[in-house]
Amino acid sequence: MPDSAGTPVAPTSPHRPRLAELFVAFALVSLYSFGGALPWSRRMIVEEKRWMTPEQFNENFALAQFLPGPNTINFAVVFGSRFGGAAGAGAALIGLMGPPLIIITVLAVLYARYGELEPLGRILSGVSAAAAGLLIAVVAKMAAPLFTQRWGWAVAVAVFAFVGVAIMRWPLPYVFVALAPVSVALAWFVPERQ
Amino acid sequence: MNDNPLTTLFVYFATLSLFAVGGANAAIPEMHRIAVEAMAWMSDKQFTDMFAISQMSPGPNVMIVTLIGYHVAGFTGAAVATLAMTGPTCVLAFGVARVWDRFKDARWRIAIQAGLVPVSLGLIGASAFVLARAADHTIYAGVITAVAAAVTFATRLNPLWVFAAAGLVGLTGWV
Repeated sequence: MPDSAGTPVAPTSPHRPRLAELFVAFALVSLYSFGGALPWSRRMIVEEKRWMTPEQFNENFALAQFLPGPNTINFAVVFGSRFGGAAGAGAALIGLMGPPLIIITVLAVLYARYGELEPLGRILSGVSAAAAGLLIAVVAKMAAPLFTQRWGWAVAVAVFAFVGVAIMRWPLPYVFVALAPVSVALAWFVPERQ
Repeated sequence: MNDNPLTTLFVYFATLSLFAVGGANAAIPEMHRIAVEAMAWMSDKQFTDMFAISQMSPGPNVMIVTLIGYHVAGFTGAAVATLAMTGPTCVLAFGVARVWDRFKDARWRIAIQAGLVPVSLGLIGASAFVLARAADHTIYAGVITAVAAAVTFATRLNPLWVFAAAGLVGLTGWV
């Protein structure tokens, strides 16, 4: 495979998308994805286009989650670079970011102009309360396997991160720099319970 | 720190993007700390409004930084904030993707990944806490939060329906 960036995808992958296809696919995913792009990107890449096997998708998605920053954006970069190097990463990224950016910019202008309006403010108060609830549900779903598999240090680390950032209101970089090495060391030395 | 708000936006969000393990949702408390508490760019209500708007519009959750950037410095601010939050991590993702397969089974890599999971869980939990505290000023708002959490946890209902119902309840003026 000629591109220097990224490891070539295994020959089991039946198709190799062109740049325009990458752009269109990620643009569609971006417009469908309310509250997270994972289910839509899996459907597009694995089921519809068959650009990756489920295993390849999982591996690349794990990489995107492992990296800091917005996961979906990392995934577009990782995936695009696998198929088309820097140009592929750019095509996937512009596809993913372009349409939502236009929409959110329009909303930003509208909010700046009409955000003080009484009925809109009331509607947004209701939606804000629901959005906080959605995040609580995400945390509950994430926490379930952690509390059953690695009860002990992992729970302690999660509680420290929560208290430091939510209660003490310490800056995130400080909490991260203090906590992440400890947590990684614990993951290295403490055997996983079955 | 320079007085130019564009410099502030860029430095804060670029730094934040590199520490936000768990994605945009993990970065909410830090964004709130900067935008509402440290820089006083906006009120609690404006911050939670922007989070709600970013959740209701399609695309990656990280788009809240575009709204914050626009609020602070118009179109330029929106562009600078978005670029700062996505640029550094894109470069990092591109670089790591090239060498990832070599280290895929390395023990240190597995330890880093396992070690970061509880950190990001704690950070996303902090996001939920900070948002709920900022949004739930009345009993009714607290009830909406609790019902939305329960419905989302127990069913696969599209979140847009939850938002629509909550928006209607909000319109009545109870919240």
